Amino acid sequence: MKFISIYFVLLVSLSVSAQTNDNDSTSLLVNDSLTIKIAPPTSVIVEDYKYDDADNLQLHWVPSIDDMPQDGKVVRYRIYQSTNNGSFVLVDSVNFSVNMKKIEGLAIDSTYQFMVSAVSKNYEAKSNKTITIQTEREWINFNLASLFLIALLITSAVIYFIETARRGKELFVRKIAGLEAVDEAIGRATEMGRPILFIPGIHDMDDVQTLAAITILGKVARQVADYDTKIRMPVARSLVMTAARETIKTAYQTAGRPDAYNDDMVNYITDEQFGYVAAVDGIMVREKPATIFLLGAFFAESLILAETGNSVGAIQIAGTARPAQLPFFIAACDFTLIGEELFAASAYLSGEPKMLGSLKGQDVGKAIAMGVIIVGVISITLGEAYGIEFFSNITSSIQSFFTVNK
Amino acid sequence: MRREIPLIITTIAGLVFAISYFIPHWPFVEAESIFGDWIAIVQAFAIWLGALNLIKVSLEKIYRKKEDAFYSGIIIVCLLVTLGIGFYDGFSGGAQSSFRDTGTTFDWLYRFIYTPLTSTMFAMLAFFVASASYRAFRARNFEATLLLIAGFFVMGGRVPLFDLALKPFTDVPYFSEFAGWIMAYPLTAGMTAIMIGIALGIMSSSLRIILGIERSHIGGA
Repeated sequence: MKFISIYFVLLVSLSVSAQTNDNDSTSLLVNDSLTIKIAPPTSVIVEDYKYDDADNLQLHWVPSIDDMPQDGKVVRYRIYQSTNNGSFVLVDSVNFSVNMKKIEGLAIDSTYQFMVSAVSKNYEAKSNKTITIQTEREWINFNLASLFLIALLITSAVIYFIETARRGKELFVRKIAGLEAVDEAIGRATEMGRPILFIPGIHDMDDVQTLAAITILGKVARQVADYDTKIRMPVARSLVMTAARETIKTAYQTAGRPDAYNDDMVNYITDEQFGYVAAVDGIMVREKPATIFLLGAFFAESLILAETGNSVGAIQIAGTARPAQLPFFIAACDFTLIGEELFAASAYLSGEPKMLGSLKGQDVGKAIAMGVIIVGVISITLGEAYGIEFFSNITSSIQSFFTVNK
Repeated sequence: MRREIPLIITTIAGLVFAISYFIPHWPFVEAESIFGDWIAIVQAFAIWLGALNLIKVSLEKIYRKKEDAFYSGIIIVCLLVTLGIGFYDGFSGGAQSSFRDTGTTFDWLYRFIYTPLTSTMFAMLAFFVASASYRAFRARNFEATLLLIAGFFVMGGRVPLFDLALKPFTDVPYFSEFAGWIMAYPLTAGMTAIMIGIALGIMSSSLRIILGIERSHIGGA
């Protein structure tokens, strides 16, 4: 009986097991019928990414034939990477319809191989492996060749005119009204016995506009020291505070009045844009400066500062290289240094020949720009209006030369 | 040496940044990255320099009982309260949380005190635009008259009212088309000229600094 019962138990368990297997195979069959099979991507090509520091490769492929913009079966592509002939690991994935990927963060001394798979909701079709490749390092970015040529030409012109000026040749520089007014503005503050307020914008020392403002400050501070006028300079960046203090201190020492210098002439307010504006507006309203310099990088605060300065009756000299802020300064200030005039200011105020020479070099760049614009306008007009191929070629040559693909 | 060392650093850094733009190769790229890190480190320390200066100037005003000492008191209190709350939120939340997280007291300060104050300052711009426009558009001379006419058409083209007024006569939106023309051609031409000048100015200015001709920013005469 015992054996019979064991036999029945075994029989029952085997039948249950068989049923379960049957169920599994059914489920497999069902899954297999629901599988969204897709074709893999083809022609997977890997090549060196040009003009980098040997840390990138460019991968591109022909998308799977099941990758359609509408009702396509491919949901994404997966990118597998093998380093130094090791096993393939998933490194990235991109959406369907994408057919290229920049592979970043690679090392120059390793070899790489790639594989791309198309993925549907429940299926993955892998491509063939690419060739084995190493990253390469190029010395010169030839995409920037035209820019390099222009930079070289203008740099050479600047250096040439600096040398010409050094040899003693007189250079003509046109009068800049805003800079001619600096003396008058400082004199006015001296006569009225009221302070001068110098605002160097809200950017740090890594902005060339702030540097330009600090260089102008050097010239202004020298005159301030000579006239014994009071200067106040609230700043929005700590490094600007340090640089400005050093500049004013040197100006006072050069003027022979080091004792009149005080660190509190320059003080830090806050990095926050409108917090700084509130503080500077407060200073303007309370201290009523006779002269205000607004030189440097300005944004939305430009008009708030300039209008408050205007309301207290100060003579205002502004300058920025932010084209969007220039109309505000022109509307609210007495003199405005427009763009390049801000950068020319220190050379103009110093009157040193080698500084003025750099301005003449800049003019060469302007002459080139003007020449190219005139040729471009004529060639595009004649090319479009009369269909003359020669002029169309000139237009396209100019466009391709001045288009930079970094 | 006090002037020479900063000048040498400026020249080297300037050249490295300029060269690495055209030559993406060792050692320029690495040097550029190192200089970038140095800038970040110096700026981080400089924040304390600024904060300490602010405290010093404010305390001096309070000590000397100057006219605006009251405001200096508010600055000190606000600075210490914000710092205290920031540190408290930063340390009390554990390693996974930050004082900037939504729901912290610091976040409350930011959203309900700092942001409204900033918005208030920014809102003042609306009134200043009106007063500045009034002055700029007064037809005192030829340029101002030209500005007034251009401004009239651009503003007129930006609102539907002007085109609507022409509706009984024509379906062509002359105002918006003329405004678009002003923005697309005379304005773009003028802006491009200014941008070219700015680019050349930056280049010339940078060269003066890199070559050591311009020294005012490091306290040179």
